[in-house]
Amino acid sequence: MSTPIAPTPPQATPATSLVKTLGLVSTVCGLIIVGAYQGTYDAAAANRRLALERTVFKVIPAAKSMAEWQATPQGIRPAGGETVPGALKFYVAYDAEGVLAGIAAEGAAKGYADTVRILYGYSPVCQCITGFGLVASKETPGIGDKIVTDKAFLANFEALDVKLNAELSALANEVKVVKQGTKTKAWEIDAIAGATVTSRAVGKAINDSAQLLLPKLAPDIGKLQKREP
Amino acid sequence: MNDLSQAKTFDEFMEGIWRQNPVFVMVLGMCPVLAVSVSAVNALSMGLATMFVLVCSCGLVSLLRKLVPKEVRIATYIVIIATFVTVVDYVIQAVSLEIYDALGAFIQLIVVNCIILGRAEAHASKHPPIAAMVNALGMSIGFVIGLFALGAVREVLGAGTLFGVSLFGPNFQPWVVMVLPPGGFIVLGAWLLLFSALKRRQEARLAAPGGGHGA
Repeated sequence: MSTPIAPTPPQATPATSLVKTLGLVSTVCGLIIVGAYQGTYDAAAANRRLALERTVFKVIPAAKSMAEWQATPQGIRPAGGETVPGALKFYVAYDAEGVLAGIAAEGAAKGYADTVRILYGYSPVCQCITGFGLVASKETPGIGDKIVTDKAFLANFEALDVKLNAELSALANEVKVVKQGTKTKAWEIDAIAGATVTSRAVGKAINDSAQLLLPKLAPDIGKLQKREP
Repeated sequence: MNDLSQAKTFDEFMEGIWRQNPVFVMVLGMCPVLAVSVSAVNALSMGLATMFVLVCSCGLVSLLRKLVPKEVRIATYIVIIATFVTVVDYVIQAVSLEIYDALGAFIQLIVVNCIILGRAEAHASKHPPIAAMVNALGMSIGFVIGLFALGAVREVLGAGTLFGVSLFGPNFQPWVVMVLPPGGFIVLGAWLLLFSALKRRQEARLAAPGGGHGA
């Protein structure tokens, strides 16, 4: 069906014309890319902010507004301005009256397929984890991804104990993932049978992040009680 | 004359949808087809993203066809394709982060989708822009149909939902393997089987005495 094309006699194209063509095409393409980037930047940033807010509000149901903070070796302070190396980011959620509803932070650990990134909610009142949500996960559909649907597993995170020790230097009891049905302590997590690796990743992500963040948070928690105007 | 060119345009358009369907006939671009077709929404978004890249890059390749020396044509095509892939990448981030996360690296991998480079080289570089874009549109509709055929079947069987709407109630036990990689191959195989069976029946009908007219 295609029409035959007359064969063109082979002749060398001058190098300058090759460079000119490539230069022209690249310039046009560059302009298109920059235009698209500029045009979508605001919408994409708003989308990312919304997605983060949605996850924070999910793990802290009472939350109505949130603020981003960071924990530095010198103490905690609102995020923004320059970022200190080694600072830990966390989100402070407030209820409708502007009173502290909970704190959310990200944790990550190696799962079955790839790193499982979660966001967990922490309540300073009970010093416990009150829920978690997925930020990114490539776990096997139907097996590893049960961590966000399995009711028995989610029940672990209604009040997962993460109290600090007397010196406020680390968790009093490490968060541990145990075999399904053998949970006896408030800081233990009952794994999902068949999805042990992913369950462990959730436990490890919470433990690793809480061990670092909570000791820094504890002395200054008073600063966070009320939303700053 | 006008009728003839209209018929030709229509023929160009239908080529990709049926006779040269990229998924079911040419079996091209299988990497995204198998990887992202775990749900109908993912399949459709991937198809639409590919459609945008295919139509735009074929249009631009065709516009520049007299300007681009043979020696650097592949480099030029890749730059053009990569440009539109970058654009689509930004646009998807602005439209929906969920879809962006679900499609993951496969958006960027549209650059190396052989359907697109194949169309640019085999068609767009030899035809005027309108014809090239019409052909590209037909091809990409064929690709969307192929992706959707896989995505819908896999989502219904593997998750019991279609576009996220539950079809069989809470007691449905999902056929999990369907949303795993093997399920992609199984469903693709079943579709290819169906298509070749249809083709064979059509050929048999054409070969039968008196059956060849107007088919």
